[in-house]
Amino acid sequence: MIDRRLITNFDWTLFGIVLVICVVGVVNIYSASASYTIVGTPFFVKQLYWIVAGLLLVVVVCSIDYHLLEDVSYWFYGMLCFLLLVVLVVGKTSMGATRWLHLGFFSIQPSEPMKIVAIMILARFFSNYSTVGGLTLKDLAYPALFIGVPAALIMKQPDLGTAILVILIACSMFAYVGVRLSAFVTCLFAAIPAVYLAWHYYLRDYQKNRILNFLDPERDPLSSGYHIIQSKIAIGSGGVLGKGFMQGTQAQLRFLPEQHTDFAFSVFGEEWGFVGCLVLLLLYLFLIFWGLHIASRCNDRFGSLMAVGVTAMLFWHIVINIGMVIGIFPVVGVPLPLFSYGGTSMITSMVGVAILLNISMRRFMF
Amino acid sequence: MNGHRFIHDNYGSKRQLVFLSIFAAALFFLLLTRLWYLQIVKSDELQSQSESNRLRLVPVAASRGTIFDRNGAVLVTNRPSFSVAVIPQEVRDRDALLERLSRYLEIDRAELLDKWEKGKGRARYYPIVLASGITRDQLEVLEENRLWLPGIEIEMKPVRQYEDGTLAAHLLGYIGEVSEEDLKKDAASGYNSGDYIGKSGIERSWEKLLHGRDGGRQIEVDARGRVLRTISETPPAVGSSLVLTIDAALQKQAEKAFGEQAGAAVAMDVNTGEILAFVSNPGFDPALFAGRMPPDKWKEYLEDKRHPLENKALKGQYPPGSTFKIITALAGLEEGVVDERSSSYCKGAYVLGHNTFRCWEKKGHGTVDLKRALKESCDVYFYQLGEKLGINRIAAYARKFALGAPLGVGLENEKGGLIPDSAWKEKRYGKKWFQGDTLPAAIGQGYVLMTPIQLAAMIGAVANDGTVYRPHLVKRVIDQEGRVVREFKPEVVTRTSISPRSFRLVKEGLLAVVNEGGGTGGQARLYDVRVAGKTGTSQVVKQRDKRGAIPYQYRDHALFVAFAPYDRPEIAVAVVVEHGEHGGAAAAPIAGSILRAYFERKSPVGKPANADSAPPGGEEKGGTGESGQEMTKPAPQGEE
Repeated sequence: MIDRRLITNFDWTLFGIVLVICVVGVVNIYSASASYTIVGTPFFVKQLYWIVAGLLLVVVVCSIDYHLLEDVSYWFYGMLCFLLLVVLVVGKTSMGATRWLHLGFFSIQPSEPMKIVAIMILARFFSNYSTVGGLTLKDLAYPALFIGVPAALIMKQPDLGTAILVILIACSMFAYVGVRLSAFVTCLFAAIPAVYLAWHYYLRDYQKNRILNFLDPERDPLSSGYHIIQSKIAIGSGGVLGKGFMQGTQAQLRFLPEQHTDFAFSVFGEEWGFVGCLVLLLLYLFLIFWGLHIASRCNDRFGSLMAVGVTAMLFWHIVINIGMVIGIFPVVGVPLPLFSYGGTSMITSMVGVAILLNISMRRFMF
Repeated sequence: MNGHRFIHDNYGSKRQLVFLSIFAAALFFLLLTRLWYLQIVKSDELQSQSESNRLRLVPVAASRGTIFDRNGAVLVTNRPSFSVAVIPQEVRDRDALLERLSRYLEIDRAELLDKWEKGKGRARYYPIVLASGITRDQLEVLEENRLWLPGIEIEMKPVRQYEDGTLAAHLLGYIGEVSEEDLKKDAASGYNSGDYIGKSGIERSWEKLLHGRDGGRQIEVDARGRVLRTISETPPAVGSSLVLTIDAALQKQAEKAFGEQAGAAVAMDVNTGEILAFVSNPGFDPALFAGRMPPDKWKEYLEDKRHPLENKALKGQYPPGSTFKIITALAGLEEGVVDERSSSYCKGAYVLGHNTFRCWEKKGHGTVDLKRALKESCDVYFYQLGEKLGINRIAAYARKFALGAPLGVGLENEKGGLIPDSAWKEKRYGKKWFQGDTLPAAIGQGYVLMTPIQLAAMIGAVANDGTVYRPHLVKRVIDQEGRVVREFKPEVVTRTSISPRSFRLVKEGLLAVVNEGGGTGGQARLYDVRVAGKTGTSQVVKQRDKRGAIPYQYRDHALFVAFAPYDRPEIAVAVVVEHGEHGGAAAAPIAGSILRAYFERKSPVGKPANADSAPPGGEEKGGTGESGQEMTKPAPQGEE
C-alpha cells in the first residue's frame, strides 16, 4: 500500500500547521494548570502523550487508502448507533449526563467517533447520488434520517453540544453538495416548530438555563452565568498584548471554570491578548482553508466530501468553542480542537486530520 | 476500489467550495470582531474587573484614642471584641450550621438567618458577620466545636470599653457602625460600611482625632477567597487621646447625688470655663450601642419617661425661673432703676392691667429691698423692676452673658436657649410685645429658656465679676506617647462690662440665699466654705392647674445655681432637677453635695467637722461679716 509517491506527496503544510497548534496548546495547558495541585502526571505532559498517540494514529490511518472507508461506513454506522443505544441503557453517568461506555479495561464515548462516521456515511451516500440544480427535499430525506437517529440519541444523553455539532456538520455537507433554494427555505421554516418543541419537551432545565444565561449573563451572576462573565473578564483584561505567559490573574487564581479544557482559549486570550488571539485564529483559518483546498483538488467525490465533512467538523468546534468563551454562544461543552486538554477530543481531531492527510496524499492516485 | 469518478461532473462543487470558504471566513471575522470589542474597546473596564476580582482591600481599623479625666484616670479605652462570620460558599448544610450556631450563641435562628440573607449579593467568599460582641465563654465553645462549623470564621476587632459603665454617658457618647445615610454625606468620607464612627458626645465631636487613620492591606485572593499574599500595606495610625476637663470623682459624686431623679448638672471652673462635671441623669450604657443592644433594654430606654437618652445638660432648654432674677437685678442696678436702698411692697401679688401676677409667697413679703428680694426670691419685687426696665433692656443684659445662643462647648447640637425681646415676638408670632409678657420674663418664666450649660456659664460670670468663659470639656489632646499635641487655654466669650459694684450687691443677695435665715437655698450650705447661690422653680404648667397630686410630667422643674467660695470663687454649679418641684428642696442639696465633693477633694484634711462645734463660715477666708454670724441652722425651705 505504501507507495513512494505517497511519501513525496505527503502534505507537510497541513501536518506542520497541526503541530504548531498542538504545541501552542500544550504551552497554554502548562500555564492554565500551573495553579493546580496535581497528583501524578501533569496535564501538559498527558496532553503530549495524547498528541504522540494521535500522531501514531495519523501514521496508521494514512497507510490505509481512504477509499476503504467507503466500504465499511455502513457497518461503522450501524455499530455506533447500537452503542449509543447501549450507552443510554447501561452507560456511566457523570455530571448528570450518560456518555461513557465501559468496556472492561477502557471506556469509550460513542458520540465522539459518531462525528467521523456521520461524515463517512454522508460522503458515501452523496458520492453515489447525482443531482442537477441542487438537492430537493426528497433528496434530503434519507441523509436527514441517517443523521437524525444518532443526533436524537446523543441529545438524549444529554449532550446538546455534540448533537448540534453532528447536525451542523451534516448541514455543511449538504451545502457543499448544493441545496435548492426551495428546500432550504422549507427546512428553515420547519426548524422553527422543531426548536419550539425541543425547548418544551426535550431540553433539560440546566440546558435551558445555560441558554438563558447566555442571553442574559447577569441573570445569575454567581452560578452558571458566572462562567461566561469570568471568561469575558479574562479575555478582555488581556488587552492588546496580553498579561504575559503565566501572568494571567484570572487563570492563575482560578477564576475561570474548566480552564485547561473548554475554557483554554480564555487563558490564552488573557495571557497573549488580541495579538495572540489573532495569530491563533489565523492558524485555524488557514487550517480550514487548507482543508477546503484538499477537498477541491481531490479527484473523487467520496474523498472530496470526506474532506469537506472533516473540515466542517474542525470548523464548527472552533467557532462554537471560541464563540462560547467570548460570550456569543451559549455554554455547551465543546472543546477547542488540538488545543484544549483532553484525550477524546485530541484523538477525534487527529483522526480527522489523518483523513485529510490521507486524501491529500492520494490526490494523484486514481 | 469503487468510486473512481471525477468530482468535476458536479457543476456546483467549485462554486460551493468558494461559498463555504467565504462563510468560514465570515464567521471567523465575527469572532475577531468580538475579540476586538472585548480586548480593545472594553479592555480597561474588564481589566479593572479582573483587578477587583483578585485584589481585596482589607481595612485595618486604627485603635481609637483613649479618653482620660483631668487627673489622668481612664474613662474610655479599647478591648478586643469577637464576632462570628460565615463564608456562605463554604457551607454545605446551612440548616444544620444555623442550628448549631443558634445553640452555641443563644441567638434566635431566625435572627442569624436574617443576617445571612441580608449579607448575600456581596463578592463571593466574602464573610458575612452573623453575630458580634460574643462572650469569651461562647468563643470557647465555638473554638472547641470548630470542626462542626465549616465556613465559620471568628473575627477580632477592638471595641470601646467604658471603665465606669454609665458614668458621664451623655458626655462621652457612644460609637456605632456608620449608617447608610452617613456614608452618603461628606462627613463620613473615608469610611466604609461596617466601620465604627462616633455617634454622640465627645466620641462624635472629636471623631476625627479619636479615630486615627485606618490602615489597610491590599491582598491578592484566589477564586475561593483564599489569601495568597499581601501586595501592599498601610499601617493604621492610632487615634489621639483626649484629656478632659472632667474630674471623674466629682462626676461620680454628682451623679450619685441625683439618685433616681431626672435632670442635669454642670460644674465649671469659674476662672477658666473648664467643665468639671457634666451630668445628665438618668444615664445609659454606651457600650450597648456598639454591640448587640438587647431589645428589651432599648425598649426600656425609649419608654422611660425620664428620657435617659436625652443629653439634658447640653440640649435641655428650661425656663430658668428665679435664677434669672440675677440678670434682672443686674440690669436694674446698672440702669439705675433700683439701688440697694430702694424697696418694693409685696402683698403676695401684683396687678397689671387686667392681669394679676402672683408671688410664690401668697402672704406676701411686705417691704423688700434687693438683697431680701433675692434671698427670699420675692416675685413682686422683680415684677415691678421688670416693668420699669422693659423687656428689651432685660434681654440686652442677658445677652451680655452670651445667653440666647449656643456657647460652643464643643459638642454637637448644643442648644442656645431663648432670650425673648419685642423684635423676637414680632418676628415669631407677628404680635406686639406686651408689658404682661415682660413680668414673667423678669422672673425667668414665659418665653425665657436656658440650658444647664448656660446657667453654669452665667453664674460663673457673676462669680468672677463679668467674664464669660467658654465652657469646654477637653483640656488637651495627647498622642500615643503622651506628648501634648494641643492644649486648650481658657477662652473668653465676652465680658459683661457690668460694674463690680452691681456684682457685689447681687452677690451679697446670693450669699444670703444660702446662708441667711429665710434664704431659699440653705440646703446648699457648707460649713467651711461660703457658698452663694440662687434657687429657681420653673413652671411646667400654669399655677392654677396645680391642685392635689400633680402627675410627674406636670410638676415644676427645680433649679439651683451657685458658686463658691464666696470671696475667691473657684467653682460654679448649675443644677436642674426635672419635675423636682422646688429649687431649694430638690436642686440645692445636689449642688451642695457637688460643692462639698469638690472642696473635700481639694483639701481632704478640711473635711467638715462636727457641724455644731465648727465655727461656721469664714474659717478659711475670714468671712466678710454679716453672713457668717447668721449661719446657724439651715433655713426652712421656702420657694417662690
